[in-house]
Amino acid sequence: MTLSGPAVCIGKDIDTDLVIAGRYLRTKETSVWAEHVFEDLDPTLAPRLKGAVLVAGNNMGCGSSREQAPVAIREAGAIAVIAPSFARIFFRNAINVGLPVIECDGITCHDGSMVTISLEEGWVETGGVRHPIRPLSDRMQDILAAGGLVPYWRNR
Amino acid sequence: MSTLSERILGGSAGTYVDREVDRAFAHDGTGVLAMEAFRRMGVPTPARPETVSIIYDHLAPANTSQTATLQKELREFAAAAGFAFTDVGGGICHQLMSEGRVLPGEVVVGADSHSCTTGAFGAFSTGVGATDMAAIWAEGSTWFRVPDTINIELTGHLPAWCEAKDIVLTVTGRIGMDGGTYRALEYTGDGAAALSMAGRLTLCNMAVECGAKTGLFYADRTTQAYLARYGHNVERQEPEDATYCRELHIDLADMEPVLSVPHRVDTVAPVTEYAGTPLDQVFVGTCTNGRYEDLERFARIVRGGQVACRTIVVPASRAIMQQAAETGILAEIIAAGCMVGPPGCGPCLGMHMGVLGEGETALSTANRNFKNRMGVGAEYYLGSVATAAVSALSGEITSPEGAL
Repeated sequence: MTLSGPAVCIGKDIDTDLVIAGRYLRTKETSVWAEHVFEDLDPTLAPRLKGAVLVAGNNMGCGSSREQAPVAIREAGAIAVIAPSFARIFFRNAINVGLPVIECDGITCHDGSMVTISLEEGWVETGGVRHPIRPLSDRMQDILAAGGLVPYWRNR
Repeated sequence: MSTLSERILGGSAGTYVDREVDRAFAHDGTGVLAMEAFRRMGVPTPARPETVSIIYDHLAPANTSQTATLQKELREFAAAAGFAFTDVGGGICHQLMSEGRVLPGEVVVGADSHSCTTGAFGAFSTGVGATDMAAIWAEGSTWFRVPDTINIELTGHLPAWCEAKDIVLTVTGRIGMDGGTYRALEYTGDGAAALSMAGRLTLCNMAVECGAKTGLFYADRTTQAYLARYGHNVERQEPEDATYCRELHIDLADMEPVLSVPHRVDTVAPVTEYAGTPLDQVFVGTCTNGRYEDLERFARIVRGGQVACRTIVVPASRAIMQQAAETGILAEIIAAGCMVGPPGCGPCLGMHMGVLGEGETALSTANRNFKNRMGVGAEYYLGSVATAAVSALSGEITSPEGAL
């Protein structure tokens, strides 16, 4: 199975405060997070995430452990996040909430250009160039395949 | 030969291990989401409730009815689950875990990124998100990828006007915001051994600011003496000739007071470069610098003077606030014109109790200066307690050199 969508490019060292600001955290309503995702980075970003592949620079998701960050990206409709490196808590959180996160070097991001991902075969393709992705551990693959840690746990 | 992380986790760097979690904790922010995930997992009862703490610190006391309602729900959940519960006013989770709840050699997991703080006791202590925390409640264990380790050897003596915060900001500047990703930081050397527990906690607290999984000190006489005050008799840990992925050497005699400049923690510069920058607010507190030793240092500088800008001081725990009241330094801080807030995170995360306004500039002893975090459209510098104190007195960024 492949995933495919237009790229939305963001920079490096994007912290989770920028993904979803602290002032929106005190609720269980995931739609609030989706509505305000990346508001302090670029207020035009949220509506462009539906069906998109978010392509970030190094150290994506650094800072706070807030799980609302990957949930906000997922709820806004992004189908995957690609970066050369991720902050470790964000990376684990994303897998746990069923948002595919892909470590991949060398991608030149152009807003709107199509990005295709094959998790099974381990590649990302954009602009006619195919890039290998760093494989997830078996357990992380299983958690992601189940749709996150909660369904993974329930299925065990 | 093993690094301390390899020894505690029982595997070599790069391998995946499953480990029982000795202590787990969450706060009012992450605890609510962990509770939701735990319920959705459909597990009737937690595996080892006696190992779990819930500590209210992020919005303590509650700022809105919505927050209060969520806190009420988690409070009731924690009681039913049999978790140790600390209500508002107790203090910051990392500080409370530091007050005798974490011991050398333990595996400690907190649902907060600064859970690396208690690595200062020679524990493997790290942060996770809410769903991982729920799974730990359910199972009592979790998986880890054993990290590579950067050895940071500290030697020599720190100048009187410098403190642990200047060391950790310098380290963060040298390693960079992602230079520690998936790694652990081990502090060794005679300069590390000479640091107090408070200083060690400050250093480990900020390990996550360069992406590291945790920061660690080997338990030594200082650790033993500190934990003995809480009734714990612990063994020392001796460093082995381990394989490190990177070695950093810092001569403490070369330290100077430094700042993290907006909006990156790893943009570190001497305080003197920014001297004279007018300040709207100074904030002293947080899991980085809200300990008794910090308040005492702050009081020593502001004693008898008057602060020249809005200055908010927040003790990291009730025990610290009580000690500061008993020794009289709290009265001195108040007499100098500071506002003292209730123990907790204060304005650090930009939710209440001193959030900054648009266009305002502040100096904070916290650990993050991310854009908009402590106030939309504001700028804030991170610095030491001494830098905060002299800057509060002058109302502008000022170097503490010569003040101590």
